[in-house]
Amino acid sequence: MTEAGLTGGTVTLRVLKGTTASGTREAEYEVPMVTGMVVLDAIHFVQHNLDTDLACRWNCKAAKCGSCSAEVNGRPVLMCKTRIDDLASGPITVHPLKTFPLIKDLVTDVSRNYEVNREIKPFTHAPDDRGPWRIQQVDIDRLYEYRRCIECFLCQDVCHILRTHHYEDRFYGPRFFVRVAGLEMHPKDVLDRTEETREEGGLGYCNITKCCTEVCPEHIHITDNAIIPLKERVADRDWDPARFAVRMLLRRPTHRAASPATAATPTLPDPAKPPRNRGDWDEAALTNVDITELVKQQIHTRTRPWEK
Amino acid sequence: MSLEPYDTIDCDVLVVGGGGAGMRAAVAAAEAGCSVAVVMKSLLGKAHTVMAEGGIAAALGNVDPGDSWEVHFADTMLGGQLLNNWRMVELYAHEVIDRVYELERWGGLFDRTNDGRIMQRAFGAHSWKRLCHVGDRTGLELIRTLQDKLVHTPGADVHMEYTLTSLLTSGDRVCGAMGYRRSDGRFVVFRSGAVVLASGGWGRMYRYTSNSWEGTGDGAAMAYDAGADLIDMEFVQFHPTGMVWPPGARGILVTEAVRGEGGLLFNAEGERFMLEYDPVKKELSSRDVVARSIYKEVKAGRGTPHGGAYLDVRHLGAEQVRKKLPSMVEQFHALASVDITTEPMEVAPTIHYTMGGVRVEAATGAATIPGLYAAGEVAGGLHGANRLGGNSLGDILVFGKRAGEAAAEYAGTRGRARAADDRQIAAEQAALLEPLDGSEDGASAGENPYKLHEDLQAAMQDDAGIGRSEESLERALAAILALRERSARMHVAGGRMLNPGWHTCRDVTNMLTISESIVRSALERRESRGSQWRFDYPEQDAELGTVNMITRRDGTAMRVERATIDPLPERLRPLLERSRFYDAEKLPRGYLTEAGATTGAGS
Repeated sequence: MTEAGLTGGTVTLRVLKGTTASGTREAEYEVPMVTGMVVLDAIHFVQHNLDTDLACRWNCKAAKCGSCSAEVNGRPVLMCKTRIDDLASGPITVHPLKTFPLIKDLVTDVSRNYEVNREIKPFTHAPDDRGPWRIQQVDIDRLYEYRRCIECFLCQDVCHILRTHHYEDRFYGPRFFVRVAGLEMHPKDVLDRTEETREEGGLGYCNITKCCTEVCPEHIHITDNAIIPLKERVADRDWDPARFAVRMLLRRPTHRAASPATAATPTLPDPAKPPRNRGDWDEAALTNVDITELVKQQIHTRTRPWEK
Repeated sequence: MSLEPYDTIDCDVLVVGGGGAGMRAAVAAAEAGCSVAVVMKSLLGKAHTVMAEGGIAAALGNVDPGDSWEVHFADTMLGGQLLNNWRMVELYAHEVIDRVYELERWGGLFDRTNDGRIMQRAFGAHSWKRLCHVGDRTGLELIRTLQDKLVHTPGADVHMEYTLTSLLTSGDRVCGAMGYRRSDGRFVVFRSGAVVLASGGWGRMYRYTSNSWEGTGDGAAMAYDAGADLIDMEFVQFHPTGMVWPPGARGILVTEAVRGEGGLLFNAEGERFMLEYDPVKKELSSRDVVARSIYKEVKAGRGTPHGGAYLDVRHLGAEQVRKKLPSMVEQFHALASVDITTEPMEVAPTIHYTMGGVRVEAATGAATIPGLYAAGEVAGGLHGANRLGGNSLGDILVFGKRAGEAAAEYAGTRGRARAADDRQIAAEQAALLEPLDGSEDGASAGENPYKLHEDLQAAMQDDAGIGRSEESLERALAAILALRERSARMHVAGGRMLNPGWHTCRDVTNMLTISESIVRSALERRESRGSQWRFDYPEQDAELGTVNMITRRDGTAMRVERATIDPLPERLRPLLERSRFYDAEKLPRGYLTEAGATTGAGS
């Protein structure tokens, strides 16, 4: 290790160690202070010199991959860009993300996030519009904000719908509203995800406390630019009086008898049953039929999963 | 030998690595009808691909209509000093254009020109503005797009946070791989019809590197252990611009897009030194040249306070800098308290990329043992002696797809999944478990794997780094062999559950194998060419310009042999002149310049 930049001081880390099964405790480590040191540097020092069995996730160490999320002095941050000299003096507590089930030390089980992502219908262009495309830079600039997300899941961690209420079964969480917004606003995407974002995604649970925006290391305006526009789309679609009246008039029977003709028609996967097993996803349905028409057909035949 | 319990997962195609190449290969194999297991050490979407910032080099010709695949071919061959596998380069320059548009159809974003087409930026040693990009986060965009494509592709299963440690063989062919699940240490055996290695490169054996902890060369080491050939291992790319200060940030990448957008390099005396080293390409010379120039300036006493050069973008204007280089603004602000719109950045070379790797067949990515394929950074051949920026993101798309398709074909015809040999599995399990002494707390007796790693980094950085000599390389080799002996005594505390010390033990073993191959190949290449800079042989050697260095296992010993390069065929030879940087007087010495060059333009 390089000796450069040693300041002569030390810093005390209190790191949560252990597993749910074996119990957890705060282990204390003294780490020599180096100029510009970040919390992840200090954790690495511990691993190399004091405790080779201390588990944490990290990859790029440059705030680009979103792996080293932790709660430092109670605040969800990326350890790789949290400077120790920016923290209050005194011991530094480093704990794992509280919202997710603990695996060991600073590592938690974030697999639920990957399941949610699989439930969101992927980017889909019109079958006959295969590019090369002309898209204006202004559209890219707007979408780029959503695409900046590094999936550190700090927003999921801090959101009280998940952290306090644990509504994982009915609430996508901020990260995935950002994802949906990025798809919905893509000028070449032809699907409509507003309905399932409201139904399965539980968009209505968000009461705009903006905690997610507060912790986002990429400075994405999650609430203002992703969640609120999605809420507006839902309101526009479901609660506009004129649209509501037209919809009532044109309403199709809720349970249509499966005639041979309709049975042969390819259908979209039932959004009430998210495609957990990717084998359920019918690619042909996405590329061979008029998707907007299919989505319209299904709008009124859904029930919330937890109401069954 | 006792056999620990293990889980078995069967699939047609096993893909080792979850970065761009692995995901593209998995999509290709799944679309060909195979069941695919994609196995990665980290979470999905965290692979090193996210660190690629500049863009994808593809001759769309949207900004400079003079561009074409032929010019891209010529730039890549000249950049690689003609050691490249020209057939790979030809396929690459052709197909990367389709791969870019395909990525766009899968939802990937690119910055646009005024008339709405994909924008392209200038990059080092590319004749024209060629890099398709979105801000300075193209790698993240690529990985996110592929990630979403992959999880919505039927037939592909993702296995996150598994470490694979060795390939399983049956007769002369590869029939799977084994390793452990990181979360609990349980052993896992993947039985497959074919294996695609897409495990990336190996910067971690150097002290100052832009690589994450994952860059330990597992894939190449596994392939070598199984008897596959490695090629061009001496060529390790220093990216000219890594961060220098503070110490914790040393080595973190400063994207070449900074220079692509007009950033200038100055020494401590305020001289724009690249005007002297390369008056034509200046700051946008190839990476080997810029890295050496910075190194020379620092050695000559004209370095910055922390031993680097200044990279300055202030003249571009704050607004343009924030728009085009947002993550650089953020990175320097957060890590170094530097506002790059008002202050220059301090930069020095950092280990970035490995040109060499598993020796593959150009069209299929097939390694030299049946059933094994490789794509992306772990494969060698495309980049020759030096890679041009932007060619790696293209590489993973073009050859990821090709390797995935070829592996699917092999799995569907010749390679049915077969029972793995329990003796192989038991031997590997015993080797993996050796460093665990069962103690729960306190320092355990034996060698600390992290200390071994640090010692290896010191040896490689100082003696097999940017500048090399016979003497320094021999020193590095001796250090590696000594570390190899010490590595037999590695011991760590704790159990198998998420124990980074234990994980590091195998990383060290793999890095020692790869380091030995780098040093032995560098010793054999007694010349300076591309990224290999020998103080004792400062010129190019014509004879060495006709061969690649091949590393092969011979029992327990490592052999480095020469393999003659097929000269450029008649139909490709004239294309070289299409590069703006073509100079008949200054062609890389080798098969085109010497008497043996019968394929010249006139013949």
